[in-house]
Amino acid sequence: MAIDQDTLRHMSEASVSVELETQDMTLNIGPQHPSTHGVLRLVATVDGERVFGVRPVIGYMHRGYEKLSEVRTYPQITALINRIDWVSGYANEVPFIVAAERLMELEVPERAQFIRLILTEMARISSHMVFMASYPLELGAATPLFFALRERERLLDLLEGVTGGRFHPNFNRIGGVKPNAGAGPTQKKTPQDLPAGFFEETREAMERIRHAADQLEDLIAGNEIIRARTKGIGVIPPEVAVAYGLSGPNLRASGVGFDLRKTENYLPYHLFDFDIPTGENGDCYDRWWVRLQEIRQSCRIIEQAIDGVPEGPLQAKVPKVIKVPAGEVYVRAENPKGEMGYYLVSDGGQGPYRLKIRSASFSNISVLPWALENVLVPDIIAIMGSLDFVLGDVDR
Amino acid sequence: MDVIVDLFSNFWVALLGKILLVALMIPLVGMVIGFAEMKLSAKMQNRVGPYFAGGRWGWAQLIADGVKFFQKEDLIPADADRPVFKTAPIWVLVGTVALFVVIPFGPDLIFRDLSVGIFYALAISSISTIGVLMAGWSSANKYSLMGGLRAAGQLIAYELPLVLAVVGSVILAGTMSMTGIVEAQIEAGYPYIVVQFVGFGIFMVAALAELTRIPFDMPIAESELVMGYLTEYSGFRFLFFFLAEFANMFTLSAIAVTLFLGGYWLPGLSETQLAYLGPIILIAKVFVLVFAMIWFRWTFPRFREDQLQTLAWKWLIPLALANILVTATLKVVL
Repeated sequence: MAIDQDTLRHMSEASVSVELETQDMTLNIGPQHPSTHGVLRLVATVDGERVFGVRPVIGYMHRGYEKLSEVRTYPQITALINRIDWVSGYANEVPFIVAAERLMELEVPERAQFIRLILTEMARISSHMVFMASYPLELGAATPLFFALRERERLLDLLEGVTGGRFHPNFNRIGGVKPNAGAGPTQKKTPQDLPAGFFEETREAMERIRHAADQLEDLIAGNEIIRARTKGIGVIPPEVAVAYGLSGPNLRASGVGFDLRKTENYLPYHLFDFDIPTGENGDCYDRWWVRLQEIRQSCRIIEQAIDGVPEGPLQAKVPKVIKVPAGEVYVRAENPKGEMGYYLVSDGGQGPYRLKIRSASFSNISVLPWALENVLVPDIIAIMGSLDFVLGDVDR
Repeated sequence: MDVIVDLFSNFWVALLGKILLVALMIPLVGMVIGFAEMKLSAKMQNRVGPYFAGGRWGWAQLIADGVKFFQKEDLIPADADRPVFKTAPIWVLVGTVALFVVIPFGPDLIFRDLSVGIFYALAISSISTIGVLMAGWSSANKYSLMGGLRAAGQLIAYELPLVLAVVGSVILAGTMSMTGIVEAQIEAGYPYIVVQFVGFGIFMVAALAELTRIPFDMPIAESELVMGYLTEYSGFRFLFFFLAEFANMFTLSAIAVTLFLGGYWLPGLSETQLAYLGPIILIAKVFVLVFAMIWFRWTFPRFREDQLQTLAWKWLIPLALANILVTATLKVVL
C-alpha cells in the first residue's frame, strides 16, 4: 500500500495530546500498620507511587498524663512519666525530679547525680539501639534488628541490676536516688547502692557496645542499598528543623550542633569530655549516622563517669511528706529523642498544681507534613522511621 | 514388574502418574526450602529457629504450619471481586507446576522434553505474575492494589533481562531444548557459567526480582504495604502463595542450573552413573543457589520501586544485550 506524502508528514507530526486522566487516591496508613511505631495515623494523598502530601493524625494514645499528675503526689508521678517515652524510661524521670528539687532548693549529693548520669546515658544507648534495630527493618533488612537488640539487652540487664526495672525503673527519689533493697537508712555514709561488680561489668558492656557499633556501621553504612535508600532522602535543612522545633539527634543531623547536655546543668555533664556529632545534609542517612555516633559518645561519658563516681550519701535530707514550695520552674533535658521539658507549677501542696510536659517526639513529628511532600511511598516509611519517635512520647 | 511397565506405557496412566508426581513435588520442595529458610535465617540472626515441632530440630514445623493454614477461616473481603480473588492463588501455583515439566532431572528423567523447552519455561513463568496482579486487583484493598501494580511493573522490567540472559546459553548450545542444552555442556566439557558468567549473574538477579524476594520484594514490602497483594488472603489460599514462592525458588534455580551450571552433569561420571545420580546432582546444585537466595534475603534491605526500574532498564538490559552480541560474534568467529 502506498502512503502519500501528506499522510506521512501528518503521522510523523502527530503527538499524543490526550492527558491521561488520573484520580488521586487517599491512602490511610495506620493507626494499625507495621511501621508507624504504634498508633500514628497518616492520611496520604497518593497517585500511584507518588505522594503529594501527608496529614498525620495523632491522639490515639493520649493517656492524659498532664492531668493525671495533678491528682498525684510527687513521688507517685515518677511511675507515670516513666511511660512517656518507654524505650528510654529512665531518662524521663530525671528532668521532672530535678524540677521538683529546684523548687525545694535541695542540694543533691554528688554520688546520686553521677548515678543518675550513668543511667541516663545507658537509657540513651538503649534507645538508640532500638532505632538501630528498627530502622533497617523498615527499609527491609531484618537481620540488624537481632544484632542491635542483643546489645540493648545487655544494657537493660545492667539497668535492671541497679534499679530493679528494665523499662520503667522508677528509681529516682526527690533529693537523690533509691538505695538498694535492704540497704538501711538512706542517709548512711556509704550505703549499698550499686550492685557488686557494677563498674567492671559496665566497662565490659561499653567495650561490647563499641564493638556492636562498629559491626552495625559495617552492616548498614557499608550497604549500597541502604545508602541509596537514605542518602538525599528526607532532607531537612537547618532553618526548617529549627522552625519546626526539632530537637535531639534530628536537629543535629541537620547540622545544628545544639545539645542541652552542654548548655543546661541538670546533671554534671560539664565534668566530662564528649563531642556533639552533627550531620551535614540533614537526610535520613545523617539522622542514622548521628545516632550511631551518639552511642559512641555515650560510651565515652559512661566510662569517664564510672571512673569518677564519688563516695557519699545517696540522698539529701528530705522531710517524710514531700511538699514543694509554691513557685514555677521549667527544666529541660537532652533525652534520647530530643528535648524533654517539664514546666512545673506548684501551689505548695503535695502534688503539682500543673505539669506541662514538653516531649521531643511531638515536636519532631510536626515536621512530617513538610518532609513528606512530593516523595515516593517507600520514602514515607524511610523518612518517618528516621525521625525515631515513640507514640507514647507524642500523645502522652 | 512387567505389569507395571505395561501399565505406564499407557499414555493416560503415564500422564496421571506424572501429574501426581509434580503435584507431590510442590509441597515437598516448598516444605524443604521453607524449613531451610527458617533454620538458616535463625542461624544468621543468633536464634534457634523452629525447635519443638516433631521432636528434633523442629523438623515438622512446616507440616504443623500447613495444618494450621488449613484450619483457618477462608476470609474473603466483602467488596472483593470474588471469582478473581478465589482463583488468583491457583494461577500462581499453576505457573509453578507447569515449570516442573521441562526440568531435566537426569538424562531421561524429564516430564516432557520440549524442543522449545527454555522458551516454554520463560513464557509459563510469567503466569504467576498474572495471578499476583489478579490478587492485588480483586482484594478491594489499596495496599493490595499497589502491591499488585508493583508486581506488574516488576514483571515487565525483569522479564526482559531474564529472557535476554538466557539467549547466550541458547546460542552456545544451538538448541532450546533443556536436555539439549545440558548435553551440549557435557559435549563441550565445561558448564556454560565459565563463558556465560554475565548471563548467569543477570539471570539470578532477574530471577530474584521475579520471585519478589528481598532485595526486590516491593510487591509485598511488609513495612510499607503491610503485606502487599497478600494482605487480604488467609488460610489455604495464603498457603498457595507461600508454597508457590518456595517452589518457584526451586524451579528458577533449576533452570539456572540447567542453563549455566551443567544441570544433572558432573565431570568424570559415566553415562550410567549420571542416570542414577543425576537427580541428586541437580538438586544439590539447586540448593546451592537456593541457599544464596536465602542468604540475600536475610542480608539485604529492599530497593525502592524506581531504583529497581533503573537497575533493570539502565544496567541489566544493556548488559544482557552486550553479552548476546559478544557471544554471537564469538560463536561465528571461532
